[in-house]
Amino acid sequence: MHKLLTEDPGQKMLLLGNEAIARGAIEAGVAFATTYPGTPSSEISLNLFQMSQESDLYFEYSTNEKVSLEVAAAAANSGVRTMCMMKHVGLNVAADPLMTLAYVGVTGGMVILTADDPFMFSSQNEQDNRYYGKLSGLPILEPSSVEEAKNMIPYAFDLSEKLKEPVLFRTTTRINHSTGIVTLGEMKPRVTKGDFVKNPMNYVTVPAVSRNLHVKLLENIEKALEIADKSEYNFTKGTGKLGIICNGVSYSYAVDGVKDLGIEDKVSILRIGFSHPMPENLIVNFLKGCEKVLIMEEGEPYMEEAVKAFAQEAGLTLPIKGKSEELFSRLYEFDPAMVRERIAKYFDVPCKPTVAADTSDVPEIPQRPPNLCAGCSHRATYYAVKKAAEGMETIYPTDIGCYTLGFLPPLGMGDFLVCMGSSVSTSCGFSKATDKKVISFIGDSTFFHSGITGLINAVYNNHNFTLVILDNGTTAMTGHQPNPGVDMSNFNLSGYGRVSIEEVVKGIGVEHLTIIKPYKLRKSIEAIKEALNYKGVSVIISQEMCTLYARSLKQLKDRSYYVSDKCKNHRDCINEIACPAFNLEGEKVTIDPVACVGCMVCAQICPENAILPIKKKTG
Amino acid sequence: MDTTRLIIVAVGGQGNLLASRVLGEAALLAGVPVRMSEIHGMAQRGGVVESAIVFGDAESTIISDGEADVLVGFEPSETLRAVNKCNSGTVAITNLSPVPPFTVAIGKGVYPELDKLRELIRAKTSKLIAFDAVELAKEAGNVLAVNMVLVGALIQTGILPLSAENVKETIRTKTKKAFTDVNLKAFDLGFSAAEKA
Ligand code: SF4
Ligand code: SF4
Repeated sequence: MHKLLTEDPGQKMLLLGNEAIARGAIEAGVAFATTYPGTPSSEISLNLFQMSQESDLYFEYSTNEKVSLEVAAAAANSGVRTMCMMKHVGLNVAADPLMTLAYVGVTGGMVILTADDPFMFSSQNEQDNRYYGKLSGLPILEPSSVEEAKNMIPYAFDLSEKLKEPVLFRTTTRINHSTGIVTLGEMKPRVTKGDFVKNPMNYVTVPAVSRNLHVKLLENIEKALEIADKSEYNFTKGTGKLGIICNGVSYSYAVDGVKDLGIEDKVSILRIGFSHPMPENLIVNFLKGCEKVLIMEEGEPYMEEAVKAFAQEAGLTLPIKGKSEELFSRLYEFDPAMVRERIAKYFDVPCKPTVAADTSDVPEIPQRPPNLCAGCSHRATYYAVKKAAEGMETIYPTDIGCYTLGFLPPLGMGDFLVCMGSSVSTSCGFSKATDKKVISFIGDSTFFHSGITGLINAVYNNHNFTLVILDNGTTAMTGHQPNPGVDMSNFNLSGYGRVSIEEVVKGIGVEHLTIIKPYKLRKSIEAIKEALNYKGVSVIISQEMCTLYARSLKQLKDRSYYVSDKCKNHRDCINEIACPAFNLEGEKVTIDPVACVGCMVCAQICPENAILPIKKKTG
Repeated sequence: MDTTRLIIVAVGGQGNLLASRVLGEAALLAGVPVRMSEIHGMAQRGGVVESAIVFGDAESTIISDGEADVLVGFEPSETLRAVNKCNSGTVAITNLSPVPPFTVAIGKGVYPELDKLRELIRAKTSKLIAFDAVELAKEAGNVLAVNMVLVGALIQTGILPLSAENVKETIRTKTKKAFTDVNLKAFDLGFSAAEKA
């Protein structure tokens, strides 16, 4: 049995934040869950996916976040408790349904989880999604710890049902990927079927209907405000005159900082966990008891703007500071020492600075950037395209996935990237606005997510570029989730359809379609050359399973290569493809037989044919 | 309860996430408050994996520069890279068997010399325990047990509020059955290596 299905209220478990959130959903009786995977949210859905295979929970990986939210919205409006999770930028994709779903509301509890990523550990931006609360009018909840995250999810469902609105649940990476001790609670029974009651005057958002719905939304915000003012998740700790208002993980750093500074009796902390609408009365009362206030929030001055406005309205003139040059930045994430030091500075109390080891005499340590795995098929495809395009002036728009790493040297394949699916549509623009040859790259999952519409655009508007679809049979980057092109029998699951990328591309009307097997370098290069010379939209589908995934499915052949003494040390293998299985032992190139998966790409590049298969391993 | 802060650095695939898990579970078993954080994501693509574990009464799950009480490095150059997490009172433990980053092979950087590396870490911390953990893991029966070797060494220092028995019990109950014996042996070998250091 999945550990998160354990029925033992009171039991303590060590859980990853994302596991705690999944458990919270189960305790809340969630019956319907949808997602498009994205770090740092992915393990929530992974756990729900696993649990759906041994319970009556419905779970799906949807093609993208917009689809995912719409699927979920229908379930929630059939009265079923529904959760939809995504990374912060995913909510941009889902913003269209979000904004009007806020007008329509829900009948069953619905929680929309957005996982923000301050510092951009694995994202293209660090946008602060609390503004989506303001923009849509929906309530926002934000936990400060792993344990609280679990407990807050059932609260979020109850709140959603009370307001008949979806609730936004905002986490940050340091909640999702922290681990803590969690006490299990009771599990509410799942109600998996509901009913949709027709009411076009509420559900069909033509202007005349929406004009009324907007009135309802504003009324709802008022109701939410009343609840926020009294919510157990907006609380005060301490009674001192020096005030701190904080949210999320900054609360932990504030509590530790105040304790370390020994000023617990002088400080009071207002923790905001229900942050949209901002609890005005609570904040004004808090301000009235303070001499000065420090606002501590990663990201944008979301709370600060509200608090200052409330103070102004209430005629309070105490100093309130948050984002500023000498206090907190809008950039990146906070850490405990930084918070402690800023508290001391603002409240003018002594702080013994931490003296970190002086590293000025440490020689430069070679970087260890992430790299495509040994034998990754993307490396082979990139090499083949690079060779085929030799002599051409090229632009390589790329997309989001492991293959983005191809932009690093020595491959250097990747010139432009803004978001999921942008490789295809930006190719349209580059090929019209420049005279260069445009060759773009997109993975299979990203193609389904948002590449298809760009490709339709390209055919319709008669653009001129080559799109390479890197089909490795999985969503590798986020942990090998399935996608519509995947053979679900790999997961031992049946009852799924399968969409062929090839048929989709043909169906769109692309006239030049080539399929390559990238490990066959010479053949691939020839085929790519031909596609590159085609005038119009040409598509190349490069098919080879993700090596890491193949390894986990035990589908890799047990074979590896070694550098024989025919090697003349040209180092083309290292300099051109950078497979991490290569090592330099002194001056000699060697291959780590454990890392090497025997893709044969290096062997085909070596001008001396010096790279040879190791004779069949014994056992 | 006092707070003890531990940083573990490793290269993707060295099993430091399991090491932190074992320490976390051992703390749960011993009734010691524990919080940890780690950066996932590109770990499997050969990048650096860092876990922070905070034992005792604290709310934070991350550790600022200069604030680690113990630093455990699974790879020597990564231990050195993380030395900014240490202060003059920190105890550092490092494996001495290098996994050179790929940048070295393509000529973008030179791997630090091991003697120099030890000298640098020793000068910046209160104590350095350095040995070849891969060798000991092999002796225990599996190179992959490097993580348990280092956990053994870590527990020997007595800095964490966890007893050897506690951690071994966790290894018995929370790691894969097939590896229990190897893991326990690795733990003991690491423990005695640290005694000798
Ligand atoms: S996980 Fe798969 S797709 Fe990603 S780098 Fe490794 S082999 Fe390539
Ligand atoms: S065959 Fe060559 S390129 Fe392929 S994994 Fe082995 S060393 Fe790397």
